[in-house]
Amino acid sequence: MNNPKKQEKITKDTEITMGDPFKAKSHWQLMWQEFKNHKLAMGGIVVLIILYVSALFAGFLTPYNPNERFSEYQNIAPQTIKFIDEDGLSAPYVHPVVGERNMETLAMEYTVDESQKIPVDFIYRTEDTYKFMGLFETNLKLFGSAETQIFLFGTDGLGRDVFSRTIHGARLSLTVGLIGISVSLVLGLLLGGISGYMGGMVDNFIQRVIEFTLAIPKIPLWMGLGAALPQDWTVIQVYFAITVILSLTGWVGMARVLRGQILSLKEEDFVKAARAAGAKGGRIISKHLLPNCMSYILVNLTLAIPGMIIGETALSFLGLGLRPPAVSWGVLLQEAQNVRAVADYPWYFIPGIFVIIAVLAFNFVGDGLRDAADPYH
Amino acid sequence: MKNNDILLEVDNLRTYFDTRRGLAKAVDGVSFDLYKGETLGIVGESGCGKSITSLSILNLVPQPKGKIHGGEIKLHREDEVVDIAKLKRTGKKMKDIRRKDSAMIFQDPMSSLSPVYTVGSQIMEGIMLSHDVDKVEAREMAIEMLRKVGISPAEQRINDYPYQLSGGMNQRAMIAVALASNPNLLIADEPTTALDVTVEAQILELMAELQQEYQMSIMFISHDLDVIGEISDRVVVMYTGKVVEVAEVEELFYNPSHPYTQGLLQSIPKIGRKKELKPISGSVPQIYNLPDACHFAPRCPHRMDICTKKEPPTFDLGGGHQAKCWLYEEGGENNEG
Amino acid sequence: MLSYILRRTMIMIPMIILISMVSFLIITLPPGSYIDSYLANLQRMGGEVEQSRADALADRYGLNDPIYEQYWKWVKGFPSGNFGMVFSEERPVMDVIQERIGFTILISVLTLLFTWILSIPIGIYSAVKQYSFGDYFFTFFGFLGVSIPNFLLAIIIMFTGLRFFGVNLSGLMPAAYMGEPWTLAKIAEVLKRIWVPVVVVGTAGMAGLIRIMRAEMLDQLRQPYIQMARSKGVDEIKVIIKYAARIAVNPLISTVGWLLPQIISGGTIAGIVLGLPTLGPKLYDALKIQDMYLAGTIIFINIVLILIGTLLSDILLALVDPRIRYD
Ligand code: SF4
Repeated sequence: MNNPKKQEKITKDTEITMGDPFKAKSHWQLMWQEFKNHKLAMGGIVVLIILYVSALFAGFLTPYNPNERFSEYQNIAPQTIKFIDEDGLSAPYVHPVVGERNMETLAMEYTVDESQKIPVDFIYRTEDTYKFMGLFETNLKLFGSAETQIFLFGTDGLGRDVFSRTIHGARLSLTVGLIGISVSLVLGLLLGGISGYMGGMVDNFIQRVIEFTLAIPKIPLWMGLGAALPQDWTVIQVYFAITVILSLTGWVGMARVLRGQILSLKEEDFVKAARAAGAKGGRIISKHLLPNCMSYILVNLTLAIPGMIIGETALSFLGLGLRPPAVSWGVLLQEAQNVRAVADYPWYFIPGIFVIIAVLAFNFVGDGLRDAADPYH
Repeated sequence: MKNNDILLEVDNLRTYFDTRRGLAKAVDGVSFDLYKGETLGIVGESGCGKSITSLSILNLVPQPKGKIHGGEIKLHREDEVVDIAKLKRTGKKMKDIRRKDSAMIFQDPMSSLSPVYTVGSQIMEGIMLSHDVDKVEAREMAIEMLRKVGISPAEQRINDYPYQLSGGMNQRAMIAVALASNPNLLIADEPTTALDVTVEAQILELMAELQQEYQMSIMFISHDLDVIGEISDRVVVMYTGKVVEVAEVEELFYNPSHPYTQGLLQSIPKIGRKKELKPISGSVPQIYNLPDACHFAPRCPHRMDICTKKEPPTFDLGGGHQAKCWLYEEGGENNEG
Repeated sequence: MLSYILRRTMIMIPMIILISMVSFLIITLPPGSYIDSYLANLQRMGGEVEQSRADALADRYGLNDPIYEQYWKWVKGFPSGNFGMVFSEERPVMDVIQERIGFTILISVLTLLFTWILSIPIGIYSAVKQYSFGDYFFTFFGFLGVSIPNFLLAIIIMFTGLRFFGVNLSGLMPAAYMGEPWTLAKIAEVLKRIWVPVVVVGTAGMAGLIRIMRAEMLDQLRQPYIQMARSKGVDEIKVIIKYAARIAVNPLISTVGWLLPQIISGGTIAGIVLGLPTLGPKLYDALKIQDMYLAGTIIFINIVLILIGTLLSDILLALVDPRIRYD
């Protein structure tokens, strides 16, 4: 456990930081060192990278357009691509699903035909094209089959592929947090910075606003604001409106952290020195105070994103956020509103698992950063 | 001194901390004896392992990072000799020793008593743990105790919360809490550092009085040689977790042998001393991965070649005076230079 | 003490006025009014309404008045307990509130207790056994708790109940008991179900509370008075409970300030998913059809409940911590 080499290195790093101009850099190095030892946080980073990369390459990774309907395949259970059959390793294949209408109930009933094996092609060309990363038209897909449809996560009541929808849904769900947090960051930096730096009346006023905002329960507020979005807005308009709504409560945490940091830093010698040397307020904030708060801001950012992801999901789930034809995890989960439906078709819940995994990953990373930023805790 | 005069024998005590920056050898091979009825001063700059030594003796080293790694702490009780280093930290025997044999007072009087209980209840708790008495008797004894430490009117003060008392009064209250069990061994960790000079003098006087009355041994820890000189019979000087010099108090002040002790003496102001004040140059090194050498070498004016190559052993200078310095090796100064 | 409570109550008055404004602002944000959404709904269902009737309705409810007049009309009834009309049900808002506020408060209080009762011992344990397996275990589960959105957890629990135990956990009681007088059987039914929203909403706040309790405990355990107590020979368990935990719980009391908004917030969505007889589902319905006075009053009451809860917790804190009491 106590690798002497490593200790030596850490000791060296801390020594360098003692009052020399490379402080910021070695602080980050030290933080990274600590962070690397946090296994859950590293795991979180890996998961997040996978999720965001999947969202980016959703068109390539998924076989279908998210809103494409296969009316002959409704509410089909997830299928698996198999690599092993009775004879051992085999070329990838699926068992096809065959539907038949029950003439008494008039409902479609599906069975998996275990006797048939239909090969699955990896790197497959479809008939339809899509825009790869929104840049150029292509028809290249990771996998597919010319002879049958493949629904890894099953289909919903309208015969849409849940897998394609879930991966595409990540695009909106995962970016809502990032954009929302950017807006919060700007608001929080501005108000928290002003509050901490100016002090006095201004500080007092902003403090009261913060307290008031904290006392407002988020969901009812978000619901109220979500309900106010005009029905005829486009997906993009609604999307940005949602990020703004989420940021209205999100900035508070940021502002508080920043204010506290600035208040304590204001007393430090190097800031006083800069002030005595005639540096202007804005310059002191940007040159001296901000770099010193960066790690705290980063921690706060990471820990605030999951709240926003949950916020979007919850609002869309209730029908007060993003609405179809937009595809987000919350929109997909609308299908799961009815518990009977979930009991009959448990795969409706799969987008929910993605939400939980993404939020968990962000929380782990944030926790790792928090520990790393504060090595003496 | 005869063996049956010994209360506590500390032998090669090693207490280490497993920190993020590596193994910190806070106490590294400390040995000393404490005789009955004496006051032993332990002195050194902060970070020298004085406090950890004292916490080790009561088996109170902060967990989970700190641990007694080896050595012996033999306490001579009425009918047995116990090695505290081998006892379980929260075990029955250890608790019994803390209840009846030992007591400890700390540096900061304000934070050493719980803020949510009255002074009286905290004294009574100690009394009831060490004596077989009921609440009413304990209360009587607590009032008596408060009187002894000079808090009056005791009957009223007993219901006060710590934040209602001044720093000096709190320190007296803490002494009352500690002495409530009528201990043989009192460990005082910088008990006067947080107080101003007049109050400090009063507290020192009080401790000396109570020592007479209770016939107890005191381990008095301080970074302040002046205070140590005033109250101690013998003195142990510590540096980087090791004992560097032991001597009776006059011997130490008139004939300091270790360069570190000499440095400490020169750095304190003294009435009538003509010589200029000279603080020791440099600072206490961090106690991680220290080399096998004299750890004082970087700051020592008498440094020799051997000092940075090999750790000096403890040399006996006669009359119970010991120093851990190569200067006292037989003909040491004439060696290579 | 009394003057402290009085002072705190006085501060609440301007806060309440401000809250009423914010609540009103939120519900008047949507374009159009109840009448529009009412007409749209009717038309969707094939009905026709004459414009004159719509105008009459709008007139009756004062929906064409300037916003400040509408606001004034709404708030001036507050002191007498008149919060306006529920358009869709043509009865006073107060009736709806009265029906549902009991369960809303009950579930909130139970959730608060549930969160505290579990997180205090877990926080103490995690601090005392810092870095042990148990510490990591609880940390992980705490994280899982915050990471599962309330409504998903509600679905998971209902799904589990339905699929594996064959019980329907939605609502607070089977339909047969609704509106019936309280009997033992009815109470038993409610008890069988009320834990669902409590667990759903409680787990979300638990991780934060455990974290605070653990940090406070670690902080207290480092204090000299702990060593002092140990050096007296006080039993370790007593050192932990009587000394450290006794002080470490104090800051926890002040967490009500942020825990309560979280509980009300979580309770709203859990109420909608679980179909509870609380204010949440009513707010949802009211927002969807722009039943503005009902929606506004529910938002207003939620925030006022939080303010009262915070005030009570501050008073409690002053009672348990002598340092504050004598300030
Ligand atoms: S051993 Fe050498 S360096 Fe160390 S104190 Fe003695 S003379 Fe100085």
